[in-house]
Amino acid sequence: MQKENMLVTLNREIAKQIYEMRLSGNLVEEIRAPGQFVHLQPGYHCGTLLRRPFSIASVDEAQRELTLIYRAEGAGTKKMAEIPVGADVDVLGPLGNGFPLDACKPSEKALLVGGGVGVAPLFELSKQLKRKGVKVTHVFGFSDKSVMYYEEAFRTLGPTYLATVDGSAGTKGFVTDLIQSIEPEYDAMFACGPMPMLRALETYAEDKPVYLSLEERMGCGIGACYACVLHTADDPDGASYRKVCTDGPVFKVGEVVLG
Amino acid sequence: MKDTANPLQLELPGLKMKNPIMPASGCFAFGKEYGALYDLYMLGAIVLKAATREARFGNPTPRVAETPSGMLNAIGLQNPGVDAIIREELPRLSALNTPIIANIAGTTVEDYVATASRLSDTNIVSALELNISCPNVKEGGIQFGTDPRIAATLTEKVKTVSKVPVYVKLSPNVTDIVAMAKAVEAAGADGLSMINTLLGMRIDLKTMKPILANKTGGLSGPAIKPVAIRMIYEVSQAVTIPIIGMGGIQSADDVIEFMLAGASAVAIGTANFIDPLICPKIIETLPEKLAAYGVKHISELIGRSWKS
Repeated sequence: MQKENMLVTLNREIAKQIYEMRLSGNLVEEIRAPGQFVHLQPGYHCGTLLRRPFSIASVDEAQRELTLIYRAEGAGTKKMAEIPVGADVDVLGPLGNGFPLDACKPSEKALLVGGGVGVAPLFELSKQLKRKGVKVTHVFGFSDKSVMYYEEAFRTLGPTYLATVDGSAGTKGFVTDLIQSIEPEYDAMFACGPMPMLRALETYAEDKPVYLSLEERMGCGIGACYACVLHTADDPDGASYRKVCTDGPVFKVGEVVLG
Repeated sequence: MKDTANPLQLELPGLKMKNPIMPASGCFAFGKEYGALYDLYMLGAIVLKAATREARFGNPTPRVAETPSGMLNAIGLQNPGVDAIIREELPRLSALNTPIIANIAGTTVEDYVATASRLSDTNIVSALELNISCPNVKEGGIQFGTDPRIAATLTEKVKTVSKVPVYVKLSPNVTDIVAMAKAVEAAGADGLSMINTLLGMRIDLKTMKPILANKTGGLSGPAIKPVAIRMIYEVSQAVTIPIIGMGGIQSADDVIEFMLAGASAVAIGTANFIDPLICPKIIETLPEKLAAYGVKHISELIGRSWKS
């Protein structure tokens, strides 16, 4: 992990309020697994105080670049959308543990389930699983067609099924409806998205491993402030805990109690 | 004796410090995370996360929320309990050769006394900081920090068992902080830490409910700096014991301002989250700042804003 002023090489809207930001710098060399995140301090540009965690959507080691996907919704991210190419951004990372690639052997099947901006870290995961010889199927949910992104890029990696809440693209409904209708075969499931989606996916874990990437409000991002703490599943009312920032953000279903 | 070669060196009860900079309790856990980023030996002292008699999980999440120039937190004193801290954290810290201040919280006088006694017996802790001002624990803590008589009784009881100096951390959520300071000084406190966080709240416009699961939280960061400066300015003129000042410090200039107000040392809290290297950065910048203001030794700053 290091703190670095990274160079913004791209910052553009790719769907309604959804932005893609590419950052160049040395800390890219330290990224070990898809699903890790960076803690970004856009304050110099937008007057906010705290850092904000963003999962890494893809990594280009040759160009020493990483890509983030974010929704310009809050005060900080709206201003982030205005940061020009060529500017520096203060980044702490890479942080946390990513998805375990060894959960699938070559030629086994992986099911990647994502919702909204939570689809982002699954892109690098899908690329790396495919490179390893794993057969990847994607099931993604969005609120509507206008906020969808990366559809074509995912299709080049494996079959991609889409659901939208309003039915404006793909199947009308949620990813869980889609999974029930297509009944995909898989040896391991990897998911990232809103909490109701992750809670629904917990029930799929009975015979196959399911890995969930969680989001929680963070202070430090390095394990010191205890803001992003969850109970462990084997001691749900006790004092034992996991930190989303340093023990996660990816947890195997059955390890923690979802907040 | 002052080391003229080191313009930052200071001595407070129990604390021989290379400089006046220490991370604030609760913002630095037990040092392990920041110790991976820089050598903790360079710090003036280290204040540990609050210890309680038994392990505590703390509050549900969300536990933090951003505010203009600040943040709210309601962690809820999560810690593994005093015995686990002594067993698992202190041995590593004892090797640092930097004074360690153990912060203590509780819900009853007996809790505080038991925890204080265990920690002061270790010979690793240089001083205790009595947290009588955590706003985030419902079942207690805060009343010790808002009633001068209860605060004085607690201070007295802890002083009888502690082998090391006792600093009392004061809450700003009171009408008269000078009365609180005088009461704990009269009860034997060796020093004061101030200020703890200010009680606050934010509401989510989408859910129309408070953002923090605990509803209220403690406000910290630059937003509270002027409140801290004012309170230290008033209290330092009313007591003779030293003050460790805190509340929104982000730079060497802020450190100087706190010391001019009357602090003898300072603690850095929220700023660690924004820049994990802030403490070493401030320590490095301080000598040139002192030179720029024509100050030979940092102790010359203490209370200079009100001293004639």
